[in-house]
Amino acid sequence: MNLALMGAIEQGLLFGILALGVYLTFRILNVPDLTVDGSFALGGAMAAKMIIDGYNPFVATAAAFVVGCLAGAFTGVLHTKGKVNALLAGILTMIALYSINLRIMGKANLPLLREDTLFTYTKDLGIPNLVVGGITWLTGAAMVFIVGILILKLIIDWFLHTDLGLDLRATGDNPKMIRSFGVNTDSTTIIGLALSNGLVAVSGAWLAQYQGFADVGMGIGMIVIGLASVIVGEVLFGSSSIFRVTLAVIGGSIVYRLVIALALQAGLNPSDLKLITALIVIVALTVPTIAKGIFKKQAVRTVKGGSDRA
Amino acid sequence: MLNISGVNKVFNAGTVNEKIALNNVRLQVKSGEFITVIGSNGAGKSTLMNIISGGMLPDSGTVTIDGKNVTRLGEHQRANLIGRVFQDPMAGTAPNMTIEENLAIALARGKKRTLGFGVNNQKRELFREQLKLLDQGLENRLKTKVGFLSGGQRQALSLLMATFTEPKILLLDEHTAALDPKRAQLIVDLTEKIVERHKLTTIMVTHNMDQALNMGNRLLMLHDGGIILDIPDEKKRTMKAQDLLKAFEAARGGEAFSEDRFLLT
Repeated sequence: MNLALMGAIEQGLLFGILALGVYLTFRILNVPDLTVDGSFALGGAMAAKMIIDGYNPFVATAAAFVVGCLAGAFTGVLHTKGKVNALLAGILTMIALYSINLRIMGKANLPLLREDTLFTYTKDLGIPNLVVGGITWLTGAAMVFIVGILILKLIIDWFLHTDLGLDLRATGDNPKMIRSFGVNTDSTTIIGLALSNGLVAVSGAWLAQYQGFADVGMGIGMIVIGLASVIVGEVLFGSSSIFRVTLAVIGGSIVYRLVIALALQAGLNPSDLKLITALIVIVALTVPTIAKGIFKKQAVRTVKGGSDRA
Repeated sequence: MLNISGVNKVFNAGTVNEKIALNNVRLQVKSGEFITVIGSNGAGKSTLMNIISGGMLPDSGTVTIDGKNVTRLGEHQRANLIGRVFQDPMAGTAPNMTIEENLAIALARGKKRTLGFGVNNQKRELFREQLKLLDQGLENRLKTKVGFLSGGQRQALSLLMATFTEPKILLLDEHTAALDPKRAQLIVDLTEKIVERHKLTTIMVTHNMDQALNMGNRLLMLHDGGIILDIPDEKKRTMKAQDLLKAFEAARGGEAFSEDRFLLT
């Protein structure tokens, strides 16, 4: 495989963390959360700033998780206690975070040149590329990423099967029912939004270290990319169980990156990427609905005009 | 067990749409009583249920359950005392979660949620045992998503989930109304079996007069936000649906009972 496609796999894996975060709100809680654009850049900004200030990259990434959780919790409180519409609550936090991110970074772009980052650590491990039959299938970095995200996936799987996790899932599935069993759905919504944005911020922190800089605009469109990964993943890899769907979401993220890489190789301009992303989401969302409609019509036709063919 | 005194609830107070849902309602329920509640649409049955469950808070008056004043507690804060089954079979269960996961949520009712596994082998054993009592073969389908079950099966599961932790009060909100007659009868039988086994204090709203007369050991009739008839067990046993209509007319001073739904069921 060529270099661009291998890069796409690496990126797909680290954006997979974003996709898992979006999955938690969009599918588990059934809340469309637009905080993501802000909290992704927040994670990048926080990690970059701390690494430049001399903190260990692990500490910086953990700090990104914490501030991401805070951002999500803020949206959650706005939505549940303040009774603000979920979309609007997310947009408000997102806009507020833009200024906060600039404050954290001090300027619009923070380069991480010659700093120790999680990505330089990964490279220092010196894991060789996976080469089979003369073709490089996976880079060493990608293999480390795979292990990392699989561990994260298993933690999320475990969490969603705990008592608290069951409550979170039921909150999105049937809030009336779960309240009648003594669960405060405001709390579960806030917890879910916090965890989701914590993951999103970690994804942002990873991307900043991977690409070697944090940028105040790095979060723009991340919610759509997250949605694209979730939806594409579910369509391609199925969603019959939690274990399967978390894997599918990561797979969706990789597929999405590969599609983008192929589109670029086919000669599309990088500035067209957002349009392509929107198109992927639109297609993934509408095609199943349209297909169902067509099948239904066909079924009716066969019943009515059954004698035509005979 | 349950004590409601002087409860008032008004909707849209001060507007042209003002509606007095409950008017100075007073009700004492003894432990182990099984009360059936009937009344026309808008009589205040649902409001009464919601006041007990905490889904609505009264404008004035007090609600006491098992000696504890719960008047100002929200639904989730008193859920450890109350089990509830709704009319809609979809309402009492989470469709995208499995049978065992739904039961695990019910088992954790009112308890502090932890990060322990929601379902483990010990709990599974308990769930199988409980599901066997439903006689629906659900004990072999623990990992089936509840959305795949029929309405009757879901309602049977809701009933089990509401009762197997033995709440102080069981609220049944027309829980057979959305089912076909055969399945409704199955749920009626299950209800009597379960209430009997756990000696549950139960309040059941129904639109079916025969059901109201045949089940339970006390009958209440609501009208215009007040309890107009309170029939004890001995008297209830001897009554027929026609007697109930007559009693209603007598209580309302000659006003005929105008509710087609009753006569049809």
